[in-house]
Amino acid sequence: MDGRSLFSGSSPLAAVHPAAWLAALFLLAYPAFASHFFVFQIGAYSLILGTIALSLMMLAGYGGMVSLAQLTVAGLAGYLMAILGDNSVGVMGLGWPWWLTVPVAVLGAALFSAFVGAVSVRTEGIYTIMITLAIAVAFFYFVRQNYVIFNGFTGFAGVEPPRLFGLYWRDPVPFYYLALAVAAASTAAVAYAARSPFGLGLQAIRDNPRRMRALGYNVTLHRIVAYFLAGAIAGTAGVLLVWFNGRISPGSVGVDVVIDILVIAVVGGMRHPIGPFLGAIAFVLLENFAIDLIDRERFNTVIGLAFLLVVLYSPDGLLGLWVRIRTKIRATRRVRPESGRTEEEDPRLVGSTKET
Amino acid sequence: MLGHLKRTLAAAAIISLAAPAMAQDGTIKMGALATLEGAFTVLGEDSMRGVELALEEFNYEAGGKKIELITGSSDASPDSAIRATRKLVEQDGVQVLIGPLSGSEGLAVKDYAKTQPDVTFLNGTSAAQDTTLRNPADNFFRFSTDGAQWMAGLGEYVYNEKGYRKVAVLAEDYSFPYTQVFGFLEPFCRLGGTAPQDARFWVPIGNKDYSSVIAALPDDVDAIYVALGGADAVNFLTQYEQAGGELPLVGGSITVDQTVLGSKGRTRDFVIGTPSAGPISDTWDNPGWADFVAAYQKQFPDGFPSPSLFAHGYYINTKAALLALNEVDGDLSDGGKKFREALSSLEFETPTGKVSLDERRQAIADIFLTEVIEGPDGGLLNKTIKVVPQVNQTLGVPYEDFLAYGQVGRENPSCE
Repeated sequence: MDGRSLFSGSSPLAAVHPAAWLAALFLLAYPAFASHFFVFQIGAYSLILGTIALSLMMLAGYGGMVSLAQLTVAGLAGYLMAILGDNSVGVMGLGWPWWLTVPVAVLGAALFSAFVGAVSVRTEGIYTIMITLAIAVAFFYFVRQNYVIFNGFTGFAGVEPPRLFGLYWRDPVPFYYLALAVAAASTAAVAYAARSPFGLGLQAIRDNPRRMRALGYNVTLHRIVAYFLAGAIAGTAGVLLVWFNGRISPGSVGVDVVIDILVIAVVGGMRHPIGPFLGAIAFVLLENFAIDLIDRERFNTVIGLAFLLVVLYSPDGLLGLWVRIRTKIRATRRVRPESGRTEEEDPRLVGSTKET
Repeated sequence: MLGHLKRTLAAAAIISLAAPAMAQDGTIKMGALATLEGAFTVLGEDSMRGVELALEEFNYEAGGKKIELITGSSDASPDSAIRATRKLVEQDGVQVLIGPLSGSEGLAVKDYAKTQPDVTFLNGTSAAQDTTLRNPADNFFRFSTDGAQWMAGLGEYVYNEKGYRKVAVLAEDYSFPYTQVFGFLEPFCRLGGTAPQDARFWVPIGNKDYSSVIAALPDDVDAIYVALGGADAVNFLTQYEQAGGELPLVGGSITVDQTVLGSKGRTRDFVIGTPSAGPISDTWDNPGWADFVAAYQKQFPDGFPSPSLFAHGYYINTKAALLALNEVDGDLSDGGKKFREALSSLEFETPTGKVSLDERRQAIADIFLTEVIEGPDGGLLNKTIKVVPQVNQTLGVPYEDFLAYGQVGRENPSCE
């Protein structure tokens, strides 16, 4: 049963669960039957937010480090795109070609993330959250008050994706596939890394850093490398985000958005790379349609209540809810009166998460 | 395995059902976008009252068709404004959109409007200058005036009547106050007034502590021009009064509005005599305005005592859309082309006088010069000093010359 992990990089293709094939098929065929609005603003946007939340899930789920600065890392990549590439505001905009700005932006974001890691990895739990939150808030105020480089409150507009192969990459369908490719590659990378010696080491450090140190691991460096990799994922998503919006301003990296990413990761579930994407879909759907469900003065209450219910009834988020429903269904299918056990825990989801 | 298949297919079916809803024959879908979350929530709610007031006046009908109102919400950031706009246009299929509320959102929605040539956009109350001045969108109309227009007559008034020659400036650091500062200083400095760069103070929105600004205020200025809104204005006034400040004030359009004047404490005495200017005046003695206030109070007993400039701006833009729809008999089948032609030549009486559009689809309207006085019951009021008739966006200067002034910003005009 262990071989049926979704998008598991290390298992042979034949062992991939049929649901994963179906999901992949559905995601690939999605633009064929969905409207442009659903392809772009729901589909592509969910994939981008999911990828940023994935970088948080990777740090929090495998490394036990809840970093609130992942959206800030993505935001830095977006700002770098506007500063190094072209924008329509007339501030900075060095006009570098896209094949140079994209790698530099992603690398810059990854290095910034490594810096966040270097500052915060010697702390645990609530202190990590506080330090990374402080960095996120400091970045927000810095870009809002710096006019020479970051153009202050106004930020940048007119940040365009390149025209390649005769396609305009912000058109809904090409952009959707771009976001899908990035999300799939990131998910595969995280799933693969989780089973690599590096990822196993990271999980072991999460469970018992002292023992790992005694075994000769450089715990601090290991964690900083994890931050670097998470930063590369968040940075890539940040590039997509600035192409999606066409603009970036301090409001794009504000504290409320930082918290949104945490909400997405928690609601989706921190135990498997697919969780953040479930959370992102739920978040984007609610953000767009809650206002239609109830009178407009109360729709934020609906969003809050929905997330509260998920977290209340399933501490593992939507992913945990899904596992519980599935085990319920299985339990009712094969009723074995002699066994008093009705809850069948999924070994894959339980095995890797013992918080210290 | 079969179970998985079933579930996945069911999910696919649910998602694919959600295709954009097309307008039924006989109804017109109108979207309204305002800040119903975030720091400007209260203002956004009053904006929606303005939209509903206009729709109620027309009985939710125009050109023989029913108007279906769909609302959208942003948090005053351009990103969220675009997401909400895109949902209203691409998912809900609105053909006419009213909004947004704040300056930077307006610039973003104008850019989006260019990608949707068949949808007609009317501004809410966003008052940044470049929404219509530079690179305007053909389908974006603004029947409300911008932040520089709102200042019309104030610079001349304080120079000639109050005799101020040198002012300090304190404003929030974003596009709307830039526009206001420009609108005030341009005539003031043309007459010979000065506002040195080192006496201009720019604070972030939501700033709580003004002690460093107050300490740095120069002694040799005649007055302080203050363009802060809501809680920021109350905080500054309280702290300046406590610090023993004695300089007279000149107010931006939302610096001495009802939310500030209604606050308790000694700040109240301190602001008496402060001149200001804006698109409305609470105490204007005019039957049209009185009817508007009465209708607002009747329909919204829970609203403000008197409609804010946000309710006013959304009301005017919604009413313009409805009047133009009447003119074309609600016919939007040509992608709204006829409708937009009707809008371009529309000219009508609002509660604050006649409004018409210039060639960049920007309103030309009356502006009110006011001064804070103590009312008969002890409350503070804005007394109407003067109505400045038919102010256009270039403040009476030819378009090309006006462009030469450059984009509004912290150092424009230089005024040394």
